[in-house]
Amino acid sequence: MVQLALPKNSRIKKGKTWPKPNGSTHLRKFQIYRWNPDNTKNPTIDNYFVDMDTCGPMVLDVLIKIKNEIDPTLTFRRSCREGICGSCAMNIDGINTLACIYGTDEIKGDVKIYPLPHMPVVKDLIPDLTHFYAQHASIMPWLETKTNLPAKEWQQSIEDRKKLDGLYECVMCASCSTSCPSYWWNGDRYLGPAALLHAYRWIIDSRDEATGERLDDLEDPFKLYRCHTIMNCTKTCPKGLNPAKAIAEIKKMMLERTV
Amino acid sequence: MADVNRGNRPLSPHLTIYRPQLTSVTSILTRITGNALIVASLLIVWWFLAASISEAYFDIANSVLSSWFGTLVLILSVWALWYHLLAGVRHLIWDNALLMDITTAEKLGWIVIAGSLLCTVITLVIL
Repeated sequence: MVQLALPKNSRIKKGKTWPKPNGSTHLRKFQIYRWNPDNTKNPTIDNYFVDMDTCGPMVLDVLIKIKNEIDPTLTFRRSCREGICGSCAMNIDGINTLACIYGTDEIKGDVKIYPLPHMPVVKDLIPDLTHFYAQHASIMPWLETKTNLPAKEWQQSIEDRKKLDGLYECVMCASCSTSCPSYWWNGDRYLGPAALLHAYRWIIDSRDEATGERLDDLEDPFKLYRCHTIMNCTKTCPKGLNPAKAIAEIKKMMLERTV
Repeated sequence: MADVNRGNRPLSPHLTIYRPQLTSVTSILTRITGNALIVASLLIVWWFLAASISEAYFDIANSVLSSWFGTLVLILSVWALWYHLLAGVRHLIWDNALLMDITTAEKLGWIVIAGSLLCTVITLVIL
């Protein structure tokens, strides 16, 4: 259901402004969403000032510097720092992206950082992705076969392998799904762009033998058809993939098998 | 995380913090124009109904629709009709999974916006 306003406990209050570091000439302001599960207070926006002359170029560098030098309680996920693990997905300057590959020089003015939109918050910039992962699992993200196992391996032509390009690169960072207004309003039942891109990745895999079952599973008013081709997903994907097109291809296959 | 109480977790902000995208704005405009056109068509039906009821009643309906406010609503309806039509054509293209890379999709967005304005002006000039 569309619920435009945030619930009472989620409304953002004014937070703390942390002191500026001494003797720096190139300061930048970062406004960061904070919420601590250990008390009953509402989320706040804290203001931090970072000396950009002594900081790395990426938003993740800034977050790590804040955690190291200003406020060790600031909490966020990060791991690979090169855009391959998908851990540090968050809303930066109004769009969802990976903090590790998003440069601060791409942003004008103060930098606003929020957790991925419309998700339950575990702490600060960490969203609860349990449901998101469960939806991914529901599309059976593995090879389903019925014929006997081949002696060596399941083979695939070069052309068939090419069909997986632009799909297999997804790192499940959830940037796309949490940028989708349809997922905001119906995320409980609509699978969202990430899970559907993975669904399509297995539907068009020439080695997979459960295409019919996979399509059957998606034939549902909510799971697939809540996609209205808004395309925020494709616009925001930090890996440059196109979930909207993958979903359109699934819808096309649904139509083709009924006519 | 089974031992964690999820009950009091806040919902992260969404609509208010997500930067409006050409993709999302053109999408929601399709809905807004579609719904507005339902109201506009009811207005036109009311105008016809009034004409079939009596001359006095038609004069009332006609004066409402030809007042400056009525004219504004009708001009906006013409734009809404063009916008909804062009956006609908864009949806038909996308339903074939064509022209869906983000640069082309955004170009189509601008074409829908500019095209609807242009067609509205042309319509007004011709009428």
